[in-house]
Amino acid sequence: MKKLLRWLPAPAFWLGVWQLCAFWVDRSVDGRGNELLLPYPATVLAALGEQAGQVLFWQSILATLLRVVAGLVLGAALGAALAVLTCLSSWCDRLLSPAIRVIRAAPVASFILLVILWTGRNNVPAVIAAMMVLPVVWDSLSQGIRAVDPRLLELGRAYRFSRRKVLTLIYLPALRPHILSALTTGAGLAWKSGVAAEVLCLPRPALGTQIYNTKYLLEIPELFAWTAVTVVLSLVLERLLRWGVARWERGRQR
Amino acid sequence: MKLCEHLSRSFGDKLVLRDFSLSIPDRGIVALNGPSGCGKSTLLRILAGLEQPEGGTLGDVPPQQTALLFQDDRLLPWRRAAQQLTDVLPRERWGEVPRLLELVELTGEEERFPRELSGGMGRRLALGRCLALEARLYLLDEPFAGVDLPRALRILEGLRALSAPVLLVSHEPEILAQADLVLALEGPPLRLVSLT
Repeated sequence: MKKLLRWLPAPAFWLGVWQLCAFWVDRSVDGRGNELLLPYPATVLAALGEQAGQVLFWQSILATLLRVVAGLVLGAALGAALAVLTCLSSWCDRLLSPAIRVIRAAPVASFILLVILWTGRNNVPAVIAAMMVLPVVWDSLSQGIRAVDPRLLELGRAYRFSRRKVLTLIYLPALRPHILSALTTGAGLAWKSGVAAEVLCLPRPALGTQIYNTKYLLEIPELFAWTAVTVVLSLVLERLLRWGVARWERGRQR
Repeated sequence: MKLCEHLSRSFGDKLVLRDFSLSIPDRGIVALNGPSGCGKSTLLRILAGLEQPEGGTLGDVPPQQTALLFQDDRLLPWRRAAQQLTDVLPRERWGEVPRLLELVELTGEEERFPRELSGGMGRRLALGRCLALEARLYLLDEPFAGVDLPRALRILEGLRALSAPVLLVSHEPEILAQADLVLALEGPPLRLVSLT
């Protein structure tokens, strides 16, 4: 109860702000035009309720969730592997780092259009999400690996730690904050870019395809509803990741 | 036993060791005493294999069979006190943890993290971890920094019971008085001034 009271005021405040703004738009626009610009929270909620009754709604959510998670896992795994490689060998660093920086700087839309041509449209969102996640994970982890205390590594050498011990007792705990921040930032990016890719290449079923349709039919309350769904899913995934990393930490200390 | 012969080592243009040789008795506590920066730590690090000498040879104990207590504690911040010991002990010797903690007077602190220990306690835990290593020569760089004297003297008595010789660096006259042999050093370059 106490937790709820602490957690509740901020969302309630912003909902109030939304309601006031919608009211103001409603006052200054004739007819039902306000629904095109800024619908009331209640209108959006009604649209959401209507969608939630349909099978397609849940299919879209599940399909998008799978694509985003697949992209996140793929991007994180590749990013971590590249971080290890570029930290192990200066050759790999000189060869790969510029390429990864190019991926990070290139506009998502160009990639989306290219990847549509390279792979089937159903694979694009996952591939794009992975491409967005990869540089973030790589950057964070390679910084983390370079920042591991050399005195602890020397201790590992002097006290004859096996490779496995050096990894599990020195590297992984030291990297934990970097892994956590890389995964949470990466998950947010995976959602944004994954859904953006869906809007551009329209796989079925997909959240992004639904968002595209609302734009097409000017169903702005539905647009808000789908956006809200995306945000909630993204927050839930972030929570799950934090929880998972915290559990891993507790497991280690036993 | 012979520890080293004709060692030389320099950092940049600073000569730290020049033709340095050292032998110690096969058992007991040998104290090194000398001004800071005279090359004691470098000597210990070479004996432990962490620095390569530019000339000369190591003696009877290969670096893999030494245990070095670093001048700083270097405890793993994410491991509890007892875990710091089990991390370096093979599983079949985990039963020795209580005895080691008792030796460094940390019984009852098994579950504490390094950040929860005082400076002297951290130092003693690092010493306990070093003694957990199986070695033919213990190299202790200022093992009692921040440890109160009566306690340090009690722990020193415990070290005397080890089967391997202990080479320790200390500045405390009371500690030096308890050592079996005190080597007074000067430098750099490191040289033996007297032997008592």
